[in-house]
Amino acid sequence: MAKPRAFDVTTLPGFTLIAVLAFILLYAPIVTLVVYSFNGGNSVNQWGGFSLDWYAVAAQNEAVQAATARSLIIALWASVISTTLATMAALGTTRRGKFRGQTVIYIIINQPLMVPEIVTAVALLIFFSSVKIATGYTGLGYLILAHSAFCIPFAYLPIKARLEGMDTSMETAAADLYASAWQSFRYVTLPLLFPGVIAGAMLAFIISLDNVIITEFVKSAGQDTLPTYMLGQLRRALTPEVNAISTALLVVTVLILTLFVFVTKKRD
Amino acid sequence: MNTEIAIDARNVGKIYGKGSGAVSALGDVSLSIEKGEFFTLLGPSGCGKTTLLRCIAGFETPTSGVISLSGQDITYTPPNERPINTVFQSYALFPHLTVAQNVGFGLKMQGKPAAEVASAVERVLALVKLEDFATRLPQQLSGGQQQRVALARALAPEPQVLLLDEPLSALDLKLRKEMQSELKRLQSETGITFIFVTHDQEEALTMSNRIAVMSAGALLQVGSPHEIYDRPVNRFVADFIGETNFLSGTVDQGLVRIGTGDALAVSLKDETGAVTLAIRPEHVSLRPNGAGIGARIVETTYLGTDTHYTLALIDDSELVARVQSNSADRYTVGDTVVVEIDTQAVQVLKS
Repeated sequence: MAKPRAFDVTTLPGFTLIAVLAFILLYAPIVTLVVYSFNGGNSVNQWGGFSLDWYAVAAQNEAVQAATARSLIIALWASVISTTLATMAALGTTRRGKFRGQTVIYIIINQPLMVPEIVTAVALLIFFSSVKIATGYTGLGYLILAHSAFCIPFAYLPIKARLEGMDTSMETAAADLYASAWQSFRYVTLPLLFPGVIAGAMLAFIISLDNVIITEFVKSAGQDTLPTYMLGQLRRALTPEVNAISTALLVVTVLILTLFVFVTKKRD
Repeated sequence: MNTEIAIDARNVGKIYGKGSGAVSALGDVSLSIEKGEFFTLLGPSGCGKTTLLRCIAGFETPTSGVISLSGQDITYTPPNERPINTVFQSYALFPHLTVAQNVGFGLKMQGKPAAEVASAVERVLALVKLEDFATRLPQQLSGGQQQRVALARALAPEPQVLLLDEPLSALDLKLRKEMQSELKRLQSETGITFIFVTHDQEEALTMSNRIAVMSAGALLQVGSPHEIYDRPVNRFVADFIGETNFLSGTVDQGLVRIGTGDALAVSLKDETGAVTLAIRPEHVSLRPNGAGIGARIVETTYLGTDTHYTLALIDDSELVARVQSNSADRYTVGDTVVVEIDTQAVQVLKS
């Protein structure tokens, strides 16, 4: 007698075709972008032989250098600040019993995932312009604050997931062995939570590095980050320099994400 | 005899939840545990024994009552300020710390100098025979070894009281027997008061100085293993500790007349009317014939040294006899026999 077969999505008609088309749609543009970053010619869609010229051009471009430095500074600060706040929020929402308004708290913490980014951008523009007038300060602080804010949910989610997978019996055992609340956090909770914290920080870093909309609205003159610099370039003549920068950004992102997967998988 | 009290619980109660959803886990429990005692809280799951243990450890705050340690009220003292350590059922070893770091954790948190911690760790690891595993991580050890680490970790700070929450339940039978004698040895060597929680009556009987039998959040009986086994106060205790036959009967002129019409000369105090007789299987003996209570063998179970015979009396009530296998008389199913009950060992319970 034939065994009854369980439902298997791969047996549906057209499954392979749809899957292949979806992958082409996802990756063909990226592959094209990467290929043309090695173009010897001036065009982003006409092949003029292989060369690394545009990488050299980008690397020697002082505006690109400045924008890269700015992007990294902002992403670093934003990931540190957002991860610290997210860790505290995750501890506060998981290391206690159910409480009234829990759902509301989750929504508030994850607000940047739900509110349209353009709305946040306009709101920040208006808010910060009054602060600028009042204080006279026009530095990178505004961008760092804005990035920290929208990075919080990205840092929060992996940290919360890690905490929820951690038995509170560890903290109970620490308390039984004379650890004060702080010692218990320092010697037990934090070391066990650390992979989650690192994962959260890396995710926040990438999200900050990649941001355009909020940065475009909040930045003052001469505060271009790499993405907003590239956006500015598009308005002028488009050269494979943009492809080269994009490819470099892509490589950094893929590297960090690979590390992220490695860190979250380890020890589980 | 000098009997100082280590843990004293007075009218301790614990209610979880509020209003109509409130559940009482522990109701008005009072008991005193002496210093240096191996004391066991015994009962089925959900009887409140673990709740009581958690109240003593400080992980739970009783809803009512007072818990004191050596005469000092510790009811509301946080767990990290009580000189009481726990061996957890799940061991709860710190996975990111080595065996030595786990064992030294309590002393380190107390702010002891590193040299003192190191020598204490060495001494305690030797006590549980794990000297060679100091640099391993907990997940590199077997279940039995993890159990020893948990024990060493709880013993290292030299607590006044050690709490053990069903610590042997995850081990296989052979390892469990080994750990039982290991625990008794450690207890006598260290002189620390052990409070042991288990649902295994055999474990409780072999290990304890005294046992408290609990059911449904209440304390039913506290006493030595002998007292609990030989003189159970009620049917629950008699049934929970070891095997027991229950026969109902009525008091009649100083004797108890059971369903078969036979009268037993059990020792009565002031009982009258309907009573229940608790009879251990080993106090029932069988003869092929003669005068006495007639019965028929319905089942035999060979247990090695002993054989269990399940008997049907003439009124269809059931009785189990435990007889030495090497006794001259062997019976098979269907045989008729005469039952003799050691009436001095029978416990009379009020119905």
